Amino acid sequence: MSQINHHLTDALLMAYSAGTLPEAFSLVVATHISMCDECRARAGSFDSVGGQLLDSASGEALSDDALAATLRLIGGAAPEPRAPSTRRAPSTFPLPLQDYVGGDVDAIRWKRLGGGVRQMILPSSSDASVRLLYIPGGAAVPDHGHRGTELTLVLQGAFRDETDRFGVGDIEVATEDLEHKPVAEPGVACICLAATDAPLKFNSMIPRMLQPLFRI
Amino acid sequence: MNIQMNITGKTDAQAALGAYSSTHHVCVRVPGKVQLTKKDESASPQWAAEILAIRDRQDQVAFARLFQHFAPRIKGFLMKSGTPADVAEDCAQEVMATVWRKAALFDPSRASASTWIFTIARNKRIDVVRRERRPEPEDLPWGPEAETDQEDALALEQETERLSKAISALPEKQRNLIQRAYFGDLSHREIAEETGLPLGTIKSRIRLALDRLRHEMK
Repeated sequence: MSQINHHLTDALLMAYSAGTLPEAFSLVVATHISMCDECRARAGSFDSVGGQLLDSASGEALSDDALAATLRLIGGAAPEPRAPSTRRAPSTFPLPLQDYVGGDVDAIRWKRLGGGVRQMILPSSSDASVRLLYIPGGAAVPDHGHRGTELTLVLQGAFRDETDRFGVGDIEVATEDLEHKPVAEPGVACICLAATDAPLKFNSMIPRMLQPLFRI
Repeated sequence: MNIQMNITGKTDAQAALGAYSSTHHVCVRVPGKVQLTKKDESASPQWAAEILAIRDRQDQVAFARLFQHFAPRIKGFLMKSGTPADVAEDCAQEVMATVWRKAALFDPSRASASTWIFTIARNKRIDVVRRERRPEPEDLPWGPEAETDQEDALALEQETERLSKAISALPEKQRNLIQRAYFGDLSHREIAEETGLPLGTIKSRIRLALDRLRHEMK
């Protein structure tokens, strides 16, 4: 796997660990962690903060029947055996993403956005949206700013914008401070997983008119 | 699992829980045993042993002790996150049932018992309270040997202990911020904008965790 240079922020990891991120953002975070050992280790640290808080939480009394009721839930079943582990081929999408796409890259149902750019919107809760974007080598995503937060994770190829280069596994975390014009590097098409908690703001008239049509 | 009834008509687990509570009570009154009681109540490695006993022997006594410690805390944690008491009670029971069912997935070299149970409780909250799915990272492949690396488990236990002490030693204001983040009172934007969060403390164990991951991946 290529070297990952752009990682998740502490705020995203903490919110993911606390379970408060919108589903669309959680999908991007889970997909990045699947590709990045460093962020997996960091996520583990944030989980252990949760464990510590749970352990030191003051308890609330349960009903007298609680243990018996729990044993009834278990219903006499033995603990489930661990499923044999399988290793995903590195060339395929991480499993949390495959779950939402319904398969690997060949299962994507692309919709054209013009200029060779394509997208597939993935299902998620309504507080944020998440989509796959396909940008042909050398092509640009229309230049846009953000009202909220936008996460862009590279799955194939690479793009550059005013800030840096983003290759496979890299994640860009953009807020309303950033107006950028991502351009895919020449060569193989760039495929990204992008999530936002507010509609993007396009700077030219035409994409703005198309926005309701394409839900971007 | 074969739930055996004893003479009083209680299950082993209920009887054990009763025995545990009364022992606990005696300990408090006998000065020489106070230390033992304190240890029982701390985040000690014994909870890992209880989960492994469930996995290996379907040990109901171990389950009852785990339940006694964690179920009220899970309920309290969920209520502080804004969950109504009756829902929190049901969730606590379901989380503990999941602890039993998924005991074979617990690996003390990767997470402490309280961390593992926290993640189950958190996922339950997302599922039941927010009615959303939670995308999870794919699992690391399990090594060829099913047995836990003792050395790793010990190192993790020590780190967890250190983190726990570091968090309880934080000034009230900082500890409070962490709690607000985990109880769901802060959005990720608010967490990002909050400068008072003691991230250094939280991140102190990352290097070790990363070394361990790399060691596992070999």
